[in-house]
Amino acid sequence: MISKSLVIIGGGPAGLAAAIAAYDAGERDILVLERDCVLGGILNQCIHNGFGLHTFKEELTGPEYSARYVRKVEERKIEAKLDTMVIDLSNDRIVTAINETDGLFRIAAKAVILAMGCRERPRGALNIPGARPAGIFSAGTAQRFVNIEGYMPGREIVILGSGDIGLIMARRLTLEGAKVRMVCEIMPYSGGLKRNIVQCLDDYDIPLRLSHTVTKIHGKDRVEGVSVAAVDDNRMPIAGTEEFVSCDTLLLSVGLIPENELTRKAGVAINPKTQGAIVDESLETTIPGIFAAGNVLHVHDLVDHVSTEAELAGKNAVRFIRGLDKGSSAVAIETGFGVRYTVPSRVHPAAATAITTIRFRTDNVYRDSYLSVLLDDERVQHLKKRILTPGEMEEVLIPAKWLLTRPGLKKITILVEKE
Amino acid sequence: MSEKKELTCIGCPMGCQMEVTLENGVIKSIAGATCKKGELYAAKEVVDPRRIITSILPVDGGIYAMAPVKTATDIPKGDIRKCMECLKTIRIDAPVSIGQVIVADLGGTGVALIATRDIPKR
Repeated sequence: MISKSLVIIGGGPAGLAAAIAAYDAGERDILVLERDCVLGGILNQCIHNGFGLHTFKEELTGPEYSARYVRKVEERKIEAKLDTMVIDLSNDRIVTAINETDGLFRIAAKAVILAMGCRERPRGALNIPGARPAGIFSAGTAQRFVNIEGYMPGREIVILGSGDIGLIMARRLTLEGAKVRMVCEIMPYSGGLKRNIVQCLDDYDIPLRLSHTVTKIHGKDRVEGVSVAAVDDNRMPIAGTEEFVSCDTLLLSVGLIPENELTRKAGVAINPKTQGAIVDESLETTIPGIFAAGNVLHVHDLVDHVSTEAELAGKNAVRFIRGLDKGSSAVAIETGFGVRYTVPSRVHPAAATAITTIRFRTDNVYRDSYLSVLLDDERVQHLKKRILTPGEMEEVLIPAKWLLTRPGLKKITILVEKE
Repeated sequence: MSEKKELTCIGCPMGCQMEVTLENGVIKSIAGATCKKGELYAAKEVVDPRRIITSILPVDGGIYAMAPVKTATDIPKGDIRKCMECLKTIRIDAPVSIGQVIVADLGGTGVALIATRDIPKR
C-alpha cells in the first residue's frame, strides 16, 4: 500500500483548484486521481465563452479556463494519475484505484478531497413512455459528441429542460446546421441563466415552451418525433394539449446529480436536498479527514464558485493534516422559509475564518423580498433582494465576530422574508 | 422614422423586458429597464449587438479529432452566419497551441480566429 498525505479524487476544476491551494499552503505530498486521459474535466467540452468572469475578470472558454489550472498544477509538479478509476474509499481513508500501468492499488491517505463532480439525470429518471429508439441523448453527451468527437447527434432536435447545458447545446447545434425545433421546460420559469436564454435561444429564434413537457417519444429504431403537452400547476400534463413535434433527436437537460457512490461507500452522511455530502465550514464531511468541493458537493452555476470552494477544501485539508483542532462545539446552519439547502450546514466558531461563506439556493422565485440571517432568534441581516431564483446560487457571509461574541449560540437560520 | 425594438435584459435574473424607441437610428427612449446597467445594455444591444463566436475545427494528426476555436473579440451579430460558413472550409494540422491564430481575418470582420486548446500531435 502507498501512503500519501493528500489524495484528491477527480481532476476537473474542483480537484485542480484544491490541489493548487493545498500545495500553496505548504503540502507537497499530493496525488490527483483522474479517470479521463486528460485533466480539466467537463470544461474540456464546454467550448463556449463566459467562464472566469469572477476569477480572472475576463471571459474565457471552458478549455481556456481549465488550461490555466492545469498549467499551475504542472508548474508545481503536482502528481496526477490519469486514466485511473477510483473504485473504493473506506472510512479510514484507504483509496482503492485501478489503471492499466499500476493495476489495482491502494493508497492510505491522511486526508482525501472528493472532487468527482456530477452527472446528468438520464431518461430513466423521467419515465417518458415510448420505445427505446436511437436519438435520445443527455445534453452533455451530445456536447461531447459535437465538441470533442466531431459528430452531430441529429438534424431536427427537441430539447427537454432549459438548464444551461440544454440552452448552450441549442445554440451549438443550430450553429452547426441542425434545426432546433423547441426547448420545453416543465417549470413556469427556466433554470438557466438569463444571458443564455437571450444569447442561445432568442438570438436564433428558438422557442422556449415554459410549463410544457414531453409526454411520449415516437419511433422504434430512430426517434421520429415527440408528443409535447402543457402541464398544470402540479406539473401534470393537461389532457387535450398534446401536440406532435417531428424530430430525429431528443436532448435531455433535466438536472444534474452529484456523483457520490464513493462518498456513500465511505459512509459519509448525504444531504437529501443536494445529494452531496453534509459538510462544515471547512468543507469536511461527517468523516474526519474527508473533504468535498465543487459539483460533487452541490451543483454550481458558475465554475468560478467551484474553484473558490475547492481552494477552501484544499487549504482545510492541509490544516487537518497538520492536526488543527476545530473545537468540539458546532453551530447548526438551518434553512428557514424559502431556502432549500445550505452549504455548509454547520460551523465551528473556534475554527471559523474571518468570513464564512454560506452558499444556498431558494426553493422558488421570490421578487422584492428580503434575505435574512438569524442568530438564534436575533435578526442580524435583512437584505433587500429584487429577485431570488432557484437557478442562481446565492450566498451570505458570516463574519467570525458574530460567532465569537455569542458563546451560547445554537443555530444560524437563513430565510427569505416578504418584509 | 420611428422604430421600436423589444429585448430582454441579461444583466441579472430579473430579465427585464425592455422597449427601445429609435428615431432615424438614434435612441429616443428606453422603457422597462429598472436599473442603469439595463439601460446601458439596451443602448448597446439595439445599436450594435455583438457576440463572441465559439466553434470547432477538424484537426489532422492530433490526439483529438476536433480543436475548439473562438473569435478573438466579439463580432457583429449579423456576421455570425457568414463566419460559420467560413469555418466549414477550414481544416488544421496538429500540433495546435492555445491562443494560436488560425485565421487572421475571419470572413472580412477584421477579427482573428484563435484556438482555445492545445492539441498535441498523435
